[in-house]
Amino acid sequence: MYNTNYHRAESTDDAIAKLGASDDGKFVSGGQTLIPTMKQRLAAPSDLIDLCHIEAMKGITIDGNQITIGAATCHADVATSKELAAVCPAICDLASHIGDPHVRNMGTIGGSIANNDPAADYPSAMMALNAQIMTNKRTIDTDDFFTGMFDTALEEDEIITAVTFPAPAKAAYSKFPNPASRYAMAGVFVAKLKNGMARVGVTGAGSDGVFRHEGMEEALTSDWSADAIADASVDEGDMLSDLHGDAAYRANLVKVMAKRAVEKAG
Amino acid sequence: MSEGIGARVLRREDKRFITGSGKYTDDVKNDRQCYAAFVRSPHAHARVKGIDKSAAEAMAGVEGVFDGHQLTGDGIGNIICGWAVTSKDGSPMNMGAWSALATEFVRYVGDAVAVVIADSPANAKTAAEAVEVDYEVLAAVVAPDKTLESGAPQIHPEAPGNLIYDWEIGEKDATEAAIAGAAYVCEMDITNNRVAPNPMEPRSAVATFDPSEDHYTLYTTSQNPHVARLVLSAFYQVAPEHKLRVIAPDVGGGFGAKIYIYPEEIVCLWASMKTKRSVKWTSDRTEAFLTDAHGRDHISTAKMGFDANNKIVGFQVDTIANLGAYMSLFSSSVPTYLYATLLSGQYNIANIHANVRAVYTNTTPVDAYRGAGRPEACFLIERMMETAARELGVDPGELRRANFVQEFPHQTPVIMAYDSGDFEANLDAAKAASDWDGFEARRSEAASRGKLRGIGMSSYIEACGIAPSAAVGSLGAGVGLWESAEVRVNPVGTIEVLTGSHAHGQGHETTFAQVITDRFGIPHDNVQIVHGDTDKVQFGMGTYGSRSGAVGMSAIVKALDKVEAKAKKIAAHLLEADEGDIVIENGEVKVAGTDKTLGWHEVCLGAYTAHNLPEGMEPGLKEGAFYDPSNFTFPAGCYICEVEVDPDTGTTEIVQFVASDDFGTIINPMIVEGQVHGGIAQGVGQAMLEQAVYDDSGQLLTGSYMDYTMPRADDLPSYTVSHETTVCPGNPLGIKGCGEAGAIGSPPAVINAITNAIGNNDLSMPATPSKVWAALQASSMKQAAE
Amino acid sequence: MSSLTMTVNGSEVSGDVEDRTLLVEFIREHLRLTGTHVGCDTSQCGACVVHVDGKAVKSCTMLAAQANGCDVTTIEGVANGDLHPMQTAFKENHGLQCGFCTPGMIMSAIDMVNRKGKDLDEATIRSELEGNICRCTGYHNIVKSIQDGASKM
Repeated sequence: MYNTNYHRAESTDDAIAKLGASDDGKFVSGGQTLIPTMKQRLAAPSDLIDLCHIEAMKGITIDGNQITIGAATCHADVATSKELAAVCPAICDLASHIGDPHVRNMGTIGGSIANNDPAADYPSAMMALNAQIMTNKRTIDTDDFFTGMFDTALEEDEIITAVTFPAPAKAAYSKFPNPASRYAMAGVFVAKLKNGMARVGVTGAGSDGVFRHEGMEEALTSDWSADAIADASVDEGDMLSDLHGDAAYRANLVKVMAKRAVEKAG
Repeated sequence: MSEGIGARVLRREDKRFITGSGKYTDDVKNDRQCYAAFVRSPHAHARVKGIDKSAAEAMAGVEGVFDGHQLTGDGIGNIICGWAVTSKDGSPMNMGAWSALATEFVRYVGDAVAVVIADSPANAKTAAEAVEVDYEVLAAVVAPDKTLESGAPQIHPEAPGNLIYDWEIGEKDATEAAIAGAAYVCEMDITNNRVAPNPMEPRSAVATFDPSEDHYTLYTTSQNPHVARLVLSAFYQVAPEHKLRVIAPDVGGGFGAKIYIYPEEIVCLWASMKTKRSVKWTSDRTEAFLTDAHGRDHISTAKMGFDANNKIVGFQVDTIANLGAYMSLFSSSVPTYLYATLLSGQYNIANIHANVRAVYTNTTPVDAYRGAGRPEACFLIERMMETAARELGVDPGELRRANFVQEFPHQTPVIMAYDSGDFEANLDAAKAASDWDGFEARRSEAASRGKLRGIGMSSYIEACGIAPSAAVGSLGAGVGLWESAEVRVNPVGTIEVLTGSHAHGQGHETTFAQVITDRFGIPHDNVQIVHGDTDKVQFGMGTYGSRSGAVGMSAIVKALDKVEAKAKKIAAHLLEADEGDIVIENGEVKVAGTDKTLGWHEVCLGAYTAHNLPEGMEPGLKEGAFYDPSNFTFPAGCYICEVEVDPDTGTTEIVQFVASDDFGTIINPMIVEGQVHGGIAQGVGQAMLEQAVYDDSGQLLTGSYMDYTMPRADDLPSYTVSHETTVCPGNPLGIKGCGEAGAIGSPPAVINAITNAIGNNDLSMPATPSKVWAALQASSMKQAAE
Repeated sequence: MSSLTMTVNGSEVSGDVEDRTLLVEFIREHLRLTGTHVGCDTSQCGACVVHVDGKAVKSCTMLAAQANGCDVTTIEGVANGDLHPMQTAFKENHGLQCGFCTPGMIMSAIDMVNRKGKDLDEATIRSELEGNICRCTGYHNIVKSIQDGASKM
């Protein structure tokens, strides 16, 4: 790792100020992606501004039907929240399958979403749950937020503070892990919103990162059943292909995971 | 409770490991220690036009930057391959030069060209990045068949056409004739995938030159510290043998990868002399993937002929073995004497012929990895036996049974003389333990859940305790393969055993002590096993090839024989009895049939006070022995694997794995079972998960655990392990060896099970979900077409 | 450089380290507690697992500065007396061979019991071991060790 300067931020304003004072600083949350990247010398921020001690960014609140998860909430806390499990067990289930137990104690939902790794789990849930991404500056609709692999609508001095979404009527996540990394090779989050609309977020498989599958959404909106998407088409041309699986295999996995997610959601 | 041979004695070495008190090489920290970082080639094949070290030399904390010209200028010798294999035309193998730091050419990604010595690992790495190497990139080749094609890039001038040797064994004409006359011929193209050994402790070296004594000390992650010292001094001229101490302290797994003496150890020793500082290098995992010798990587075509009674009449194999960019220490022997000599399997086959071409490619060097040649042989034979059974429509177990060797000794047509075994006993035990006969009901039940269930078998044999020295010498080995031991009895009767074997997970400190306890009846705690330090143990050949039981413990037994003989002489003198009437048991030395007894400690003390010894006897009680075996040993067994495949995703779950092994005498069943578990896990890893993959330009695509699939707990089942014992007649304890069997026997059992489940025999290792799914699509398309 | 103070195995420790120093480097190189190991570069093998404020983390994927002010427990500090029941269970069930992954396995196993309770079935243990790699044992005896150790915690 190259040299860096570590700072703890007390607030989002403090974090922005510290970033502004640095040459080439970066925010760090759980650091479960950034620190390995720095160890490999693929990233060399002059300064690291740690967001994990900003109290306002932590915790889960449920206000009626609306769920808000602070950006600095770690995966383990999402996975084990009884309050959250009562209204949206699917997000707890998803969080319980991110990385491994040690990673889940460090990694945060804000960090995962801001990084937008094409094989990360949370982005698919945000898309399917029609979440809004709250920052220190504004609130961004999920459909406008994820703009391609490792790319988001965030500006340089913008920090995700929380994500918020309405509890769905039904939802579930089904993931096929990469045998080596255990990241998603195909992860599908299906949600039936309380307004009746179905949304489907797909991660791990797309060559341009997380995406919504509109064909499946239409089918599931009219008929919430695994059978309804049995004939859904997944374009192999839009799929990733690598040594772990070619595009045809990933396209198949997307369909299988989608069906399993619908079955799991009930 | 007994603490002798056959007892499940808990491991004494565990306490330091479970408390974090183990001492591994990277735990060593010397005063004024520096750190080495290597400048490695990012290209698989290139000419080194120049190296500019100036920027790196000027950086903070840098003590020195050195390149290959300086290394060779100081007289450091090239890295050797220690086994000379002769081609079938009588010509010697074509070995290219390998300098620890490349000078003119780099031949694989990771090939070291320079080293930086600095005051911290981070400063060393940063400076290494500042070394500017001017490369002229050359075309590269990675596949073992492509490298033999005309027009392929030439990798070493010494090896025209990249061919290292073209070797054969067995009778070609007779085998071809037998197959030509066969009633049925099974023909297959079989690939044995390249894997990376991945001991969890990365390689590490700490070298310290003491200018006041002209003496070197090397802590290193070695399976054989004496061999390291010999090679470092005699061949690489890094330090004279009597001025070099090599210590292999606790070593975190080896699996073959830590047999070899790598460039990094050589360079650390040399750089320590150059800088007059202690120099440490510890591999990171990516460096390990790039530079630890890989395993396997064969492509073969094979034909097995059967007569009308389903007896094998001939077996012919043509193999290309990829040895990578340089010939590692034992690389030449793996696809020849450790592979083709096992092609008879457990079967009585009159005619066998194998042709092996070893080739250079622009990839990491390949050498022995757990099993070394024997897994490749077993995979060929056992995939073909299973395939033949399917094509002939007979039960796979019965086809094997009909061809088993039944009488011993049995001379195969490929050098080996099997000394013992009961292959049917293993087959029957495995079938019973797996409820083989109940499989169809389980398959139906699985089908009702939408799962494809399959069962597969493998009857393996292997050869351990590689020996005798004269025999391997006649086949080209550069070393003898005996082992040494010294038994030092202290005046109070406690015993230290110095062994040339080296433990890196095998539990020698426990099992070796059991042999002493068994012999003299003294408490296990009164025995200390010393290994891994060339200043303490005079010489040894180390641990690999499952040799520590059959060879290492035999040396201890030979030394114990001498100790016992002398102790009996002393006791006979003290007790005024006949030497032949003295018995030693339960810590007492007695005159048989009388009540005359001395404590073991009294005899030992007598040896050292020397007040009353037999006329002419030297004082003391310390004996050494060198044991050279008379033959290989032949562990064998039968493995049965049962799987369920999810047809939607191609995911395979192993639902049952049964092993029945014959390891001869077992010293500690707990440790032996652990060896089998670990071996099976590595075999299952090769069969379902692991592969070192290069792209066409020679970049390693699986350079970390993000892409190289290590077996995890949830990939594997619990195993059902049992033993059927025939005692090995070739060594005093009757041991055959257990370290590699699991990795040898399991891959064909797994692939036989998966192909049975999916109804498509065309499946290569590793059988990943995507490959299994594709094979299922292919078979359903084929069915649709039919 | 940062001045760090934290509690390690019950004792307050401090040191001045570069900000890039990983927690595992601080533990191994500065405190010379070498039971915590490094087996990979990609946060997967788990040889480096320690507890920070009671939670298992990979000390190779955390800066020492991130742990400033925290309560850290390493393998050297788990025993309250001679051996922790989980350490004993690994010995009694032959849950280790070369010993390199063992400290991380034991730290993960104790954390597993803390989170999931003492009654652990095989499937749960295997799934919870996703972040710990062993090359020697094939996991069979590690699973047995954890089941046994859990029942005795």
